[in-house]
Amino acid sequence: MRTTFIETLSQAASENPDIWLLCGDLGYTVLEPFAAKFPDRYLNVGVAEQNMAGIAAGIALSGKTVFIYSIGNFPTLRCLEQLRNDVCYHGADVKIVAVGAGYAYGSQGYTHHALEDVGIMSMLPGIEVFVPCDPNEVRAATRLVATSRKPAYLRLSRAGEPNLGSAEVTDLRKPRVLRQGQEIVILASGPIASRALQAADELAKRGRDVGVVSVSCLKPFDETLIRKLARDAALLVTIEEHILRGGLFSLVAAAIAGVAKQAHVAGIGVPEQAGKTSNAGSRDALLDAAGLSVPAIVATIEQFLSNL
Amino acid sequence: MSLLNRPSDNRPGPKDFARRIRAHTLRMVHAAKASHIGGCLSMADILAVLYTRILRVDPDDPQLAGRDRFVLSKGHATAVLYAALGECGFFPLSELDTYCRDGSIFTGHVSHAVPGVEVSTGSLGHGLPMAIGMALVARAAGNGSRAFCLLSDGECDEGSNWEGILFAPHHKLDNLCVIVDFNKIQSFGTVAEVLNLDPFAEKWRSFGWHVVEIDGHDVAALERVLSAMPAPSARPTVVIAHTIKGKGVSFMENKLEWHYRSPSDELLAQALAELAS
Repeated sequence: MRTTFIETLSQAASENPDIWLLCGDLGYTVLEPFAAKFPDRYLNVGVAEQNMAGIAAGIALSGKTVFIYSIGNFPTLRCLEQLRNDVCYHGADVKIVAVGAGYAYGSQGYTHHALEDVGIMSMLPGIEVFVPCDPNEVRAATRLVATSRKPAYLRLSRAGEPNLGSAEVTDLRKPRVLRQGQEIVILASGPIASRALQAADELAKRGRDVGVVSVSCLKPFDETLIRKLARDAALLVTIEEHILRGGLFSLVAAAIAGVAKQAHVAGIGVPEQAGKTSNAGSRDALLDAAGLSVPAIVATIEQFLSNL
Repeated sequence: MSLLNRPSDNRPGPKDFARRIRAHTLRMVHAAKASHIGGCLSMADILAVLYTRILRVDPDDPQLAGRDRFVLSKGHATAVLYAALGECGFFPLSELDTYCRDGSIFTGHVSHAVPGVEVSTGSLGHGLPMAIGMALVARAAGNGSRAFCLLSDGECDEGSNWEGILFAPHHKLDNLCVIVDFNKIQSFGTVAEVLNLDPFAEKWRSFGWHVVEIDGHDVAALERVLSAMPAPSARPTVVIAHTIKGKGVSFMENKLEWHYRSPSDELLAQALAELAS
């Protein structure tokens, strides 16, 4: 994902001389191609995210499009007030790019796990929020935000994620069907969609009709399509590498509240850490421990079905 | 037309300008029963010099490309900035009467909805990084534009300022000028009592800034210093302006309570009489 991002951004910067990239001293072996190609539009501001966000706003308010890049919670939570006041309140053309979505940093520990960022960033006024599930969506998201002229949050995982759907992503603001199916529809945001697909295959073997949809654009949120799915399905299941509060589940539940005939909605996400220490482990191991292994997802969905 | 391009006989002098914006500010804060009058009065002479002698801005075209940028980081002291912008003709002076009123664009912390205001601030420690961003773009454009940022002394407690203070000399931002309204009183006591900044000038100097300390009420000195941009030897400039909180109204000077209080009818009349004398 990181590589796809920087390649796409470099292409966009070749076409638009007003694109700048700032990083908070992170991005080793990722950002160098951009820095080499556009030295006058690249700045490593140092380990100083509040300053980075404020500088980005100042550059953007002088007519530029600015990307800021760092790990998970650093360009988001650390400088949240700068994003709220300096960037979003002014409608400054700043794109916040966080690498290390969810448990992507694995054994690096809790400080490096981005588990609340989507909800928090979605609450900022006027920002668009993208959680791509694969490199194709990263490419589409990067192109989209590069020309959107408004604040955006782009949540990336790390490296090596497979493509999950077709290369053609026509409109990233609309949910993207990865697997056809109507009785149960799994809505997934981010690379966790690959586990959703595996769970869907297993459920299909057990005779279920299961669709999987990638919802990478969480703001603006396509409530119309969600309501349509809710009318046609028996069960909607959301799955996200994020706590349930403020993320995809909250958005889907809010979207279908008040719809007369609706599917049941159930959410699968990461438990809140709440005073418990986080263990070491790869992303896969941490997802498994959080109840997001493929067998656990299958079992949880079957449990939801038995309660219908 | 830029203020600086006006014929010199039409340009107000900074002393007269300062007197006028102090009077506007007193009336605004009194009418709105607002606060922060002390920090407005301490920076009035700085604004007067900036808006009559230094800034290349155009009241008829507030978004003019290549203009100088002025960022008020101590956003609570906005009444006096609104007054200065009104005096310059960015909007009719009568609009100052709406300060803090229901539905007005003239909010109690500085708002970029007001013509001539670059950015909204109010939470402290936000202005300098934004001014740095503006200075970076101006330098890249090579159009000679400068960025000026006015900080309070109290807000130098904020870590985000020190991130910016570290950054600007590293990048040799000689078109950036910070002015600190060093009136020595913050919201809960003196700077020395709350969180001592001393040795203040030495801190900036050790971070690599071109440091100038002056009397922040000496308009000739302010004009001389602020005209000397860009700074020598490719460094950003900080002007540590020693000021008096509440300057110009004897009973407000150096009094912490005027960070909060709004003058009564009687005290307003007394203050305006002092300014006029």
